[in-house]
Amino acid sequence: MKTYASSSRRQWLHAAGTLTLFALAGCKPPAPLYTGIDLTATEYRSDFALTGPGNKTFTLADFSGSYVLMFFGYTQCPDVCPTALARAVEIKKLLGEAGKRLRVVFVSVDPERDTREILDHYLGAFDPSFIGLSGTADQLRYVVNNYKVFYRKVETGSSYTMDHTALTYVIDPYARVRLALRHEQGAADSAQDLRRLMDYDDRRKA
Amino acid sequence: MKPWRQFLAAFAGASMLAPAAAELPLRVDEPWVRATVPAQGATGAFMRLSAQSDLRLMAAASEAAARVEIHRMAMVGQVMQMRAIDSLPLPAGKTVVLAPGGLHIMLLGLKHQARAGDVIPLTLHLEDAKGRRFTHKVEAMVRPLGAAMAHD
Repeated sequence: MKTYASSSRRQWLHAAGTLTLFALAGCKPPAPLYTGIDLTATEYRSDFALTGPGNKTFTLADFSGSYVLMFFGYTQCPDVCPTALARAVEIKKLLGEAGKRLRVVFVSVDPERDTREILDHYLGAFDPSFIGLSGTADQLRYVVNNYKVFYRKVETGSSYTMDHTALTYVIDPYARVRLALRHEQGAADSAQDLRRLMDYDDRRKA
Repeated sequence: MKPWRQFLAAFAGASMLAPAAAELPLRVDEPWVRATVPAQGATGAFMRLSAQSDLRLMAAASEAAARVEIHRMAMVGQVMQMRAIDSLPLPAGKTVVLAPGGLHIMLLGLKHQARAGDVIPLTLHLEDAKGRRFTHKVEAMVRPLGAAMAHD
């Protein structure tokens, strides 16, 4: 009786062990935990065609090979927009060598006021590699639909302000939208999210 | 009572009265303005306001800007919203903070680029609980546009 029970138990353990090994062999590393919003499984389109420095047209292909940090805002925003860009500067610093794999892009939702000259100077004040993009109403509509960004012109006081989504989107070198960094995340948390994302991607390539 | 004790009592009484007269109605700490790039046209001023008695910030003005307003920023979900507000209550004994993430004074129609290191004069227009109006002059230091935030 005992001999019979222990042998079938052993068989069960053996089978379970083998199955586990098979499972692990074909298993992907678990997805990282992010402070930001994981958009990997969603199917955000990442396309855009917008005007950048030198009045050239920029698309995502111009940034291929890089992780792109994309923020939608406007230059007459004294709070959220400079904070997000200053955070991007800090993120690059915290990442050290890996920071060179990032490209930071700012899309203006205020084409009436944000001229090419202002955008070039504004982004340059943060980092010479940061790029400001703008577009016609149609070009803007295309990109905000892709990134599910909300923006709206609101008359207030003697002028107007732009309500806008304050997330920073992270697009990988293969044009896939992977993450959204929340506005309230600090630079340290954001840099950690990016490090985890890049490590995860690098491991899967190897 | 001995004479010197009388003197001490009178002195103690008098010194309790004196500070009230010497206190300013409003204290402004660390006023600063975010730098702009050429042709940018608008920027924000930040500071901490501490009122001794109930006050209200009614308006602000500056030689450096055509129009000055008080604005409140709020995050609604992940969407940023900024709105001009009519006035800002400054309750007695409290510090009202104008800082990124909340309130700021908006400078519109800037006459010149605000460069880091410049000083921008501001006049705050205040009203006390009795409806009396007065002004308070502030000199705000311009900080670099790309300056990292103190909080993180």
